[in-house]
Amino acid sequence: MIEDMERRRLLRGGLSMGALTLLTGCDLSDSNAVQQALAAVSRWNDRVQAALFSGTRLAPTFDERLAVKNFRYNAWYPADKAPKLTEDTYKLYLAGLIHDKQPWTVQQLYGLPQETQVTRHVCVEGWNMIGKWTGTPLRTFLERVGADTTARYVGYECADGYYEAMDMPTALHPQTIMAFKLSDEILPQKYGYPFKIRIPTKLGFKNPKWVTTLFVTNTQPRGFWPDRGYNWFSGI
Amino acid sequence: MSGEAVHEQRHHLLLRIAHWAQALAILIMVGSGWRIYNQEPILPFRFPVMFTLGGGIKATLSRSNDPGVANAIAWHFAGMWLLGGAFLLYLGYGIVSGHFRRSYWPVGPKSFIRDLVAAATFKLPHTLGVYNAVQRAFYWGVILAVIMMIASGLAIWKPVQLAWLTALFGGFQGARVVHFLFMSAIVGFLGIHLALVALVPKTLQSMVLGHAREAAHPAPAGE
Repeated sequence: MIEDMERRRLLRGGLSMGALTLLTGCDLSDSNAVQQALAAVSRWNDRVQAALFSGTRLAPTFDERLAVKNFRYNAWYPADKAPKLTEDTYKLYLAGLIHDKQPWTVQQLYGLPQETQVTRHVCVEGWNMIGKWTGTPLRTFLERVGADTTARYVGYECADGYYEAMDMPTALHPQTIMAFKLSDEILPQKYGYPFKIRIPTKLGFKNPKWVTTLFVTNTQPRGFWPDRGYNWFSGI
Repeated sequence: MSGEAVHEQRHHLLLRIAHWAQALAILIMVGSGWRIYNQEPILPFRFPVMFTLGGGIKATLSRSNDPGVANAIAWHFAGMWLLGGAFLLYLGYGIVSGHFRRSYWPVGPKSFIRDLVAAATFKLPHTLGVYNAVQRAFYWGVILAVIMMIASGLAIWKPVQLAWLTALFGGFQGARVVHFLFMSAIVGFLGIHLALVALVPKTLQSMVLGHAREAAHPAPAGE
């Protein structure tokens, strides 16, 4: 009798524990084995997305009246902590598989040929915003500095410690630009002055601001948010 | 009286695998989807964290400065393969074996209303292995809902590579709204489905073991 009650209590306890774990997924999600399994699927998804990506398919563009003037500021710290880079001291450093590694000044960068796009910025969190950006196709820049465009990746480092990277096909996509202007004005400080890389075929976090170093490599570089569990390729 | 007659329900192994894999996939997709939704709600409410999937928020905040959204997204984009695979198996089996034609057909507005009224007044007899018109309509409905979830999900995932699909939903935000609406429909279906299983537990037995039988009830007068 007592044994029976024990068994029932155990059974009930086990059931509710199981239900709880299933519902919250707490223990489940935080276990290392689950993390590793999810990371493996995420790497597989990188390959699927790279296969889905087309180097010639353009992101939809919009009438510039739809472009948001007061663009959302987004980082893991408040806007007043954002890097303040100045024209006098700023340099863009180049590294890796690039022939001419001479650093670039703001003036030199802004002298490059530019084009304008009105595209949708999609954040991994779910919000989206249409913006008007003006700048140089990254492809033009990479060709000008003699980058090895047969290499696999382009990576970058930023003044706030951020780091990200993309696959070469995305770097050579005609809409991937070094954006010097937002809504026809020189890129404001909190949005990444002197430039951000605008990639309308990637989620927002793959679009770095305050870029200070750009490098070309065959080894997949890490990314700030991918190191925190987000998908690496993050194409849209 | 038909005292010796029995009703029987049989489910092929493939159907049972497809059923339980979809059940698991839907739990994963809804749980992780609610956590993702909570980060940027489209309606003025959030889902209770305890019903969401994505790990303890404190744990992920300390591990990676992220409120479990990365984890939820990882679950979501792993769960999509399970859902897609199980759903294709279900559709493939249902079409090839004739299960859909035999069990879910015919269904029309007349029989639907007749059975709905009967069910609402507790006059609808349940015969194991036979789906009434309301059930049939529900199964077609949930199949449609899963198709819409997959389509709107792809539209949200790939608004550039599949821009035509996103445009069909009226744009990125439209796709998010549709994704939310059909999620609600599936959760609603799940609630009714579970309530009916609780009323007729033999159906659970057949979905687990593959078969169940029960003595036939005498038909109610007038049927």
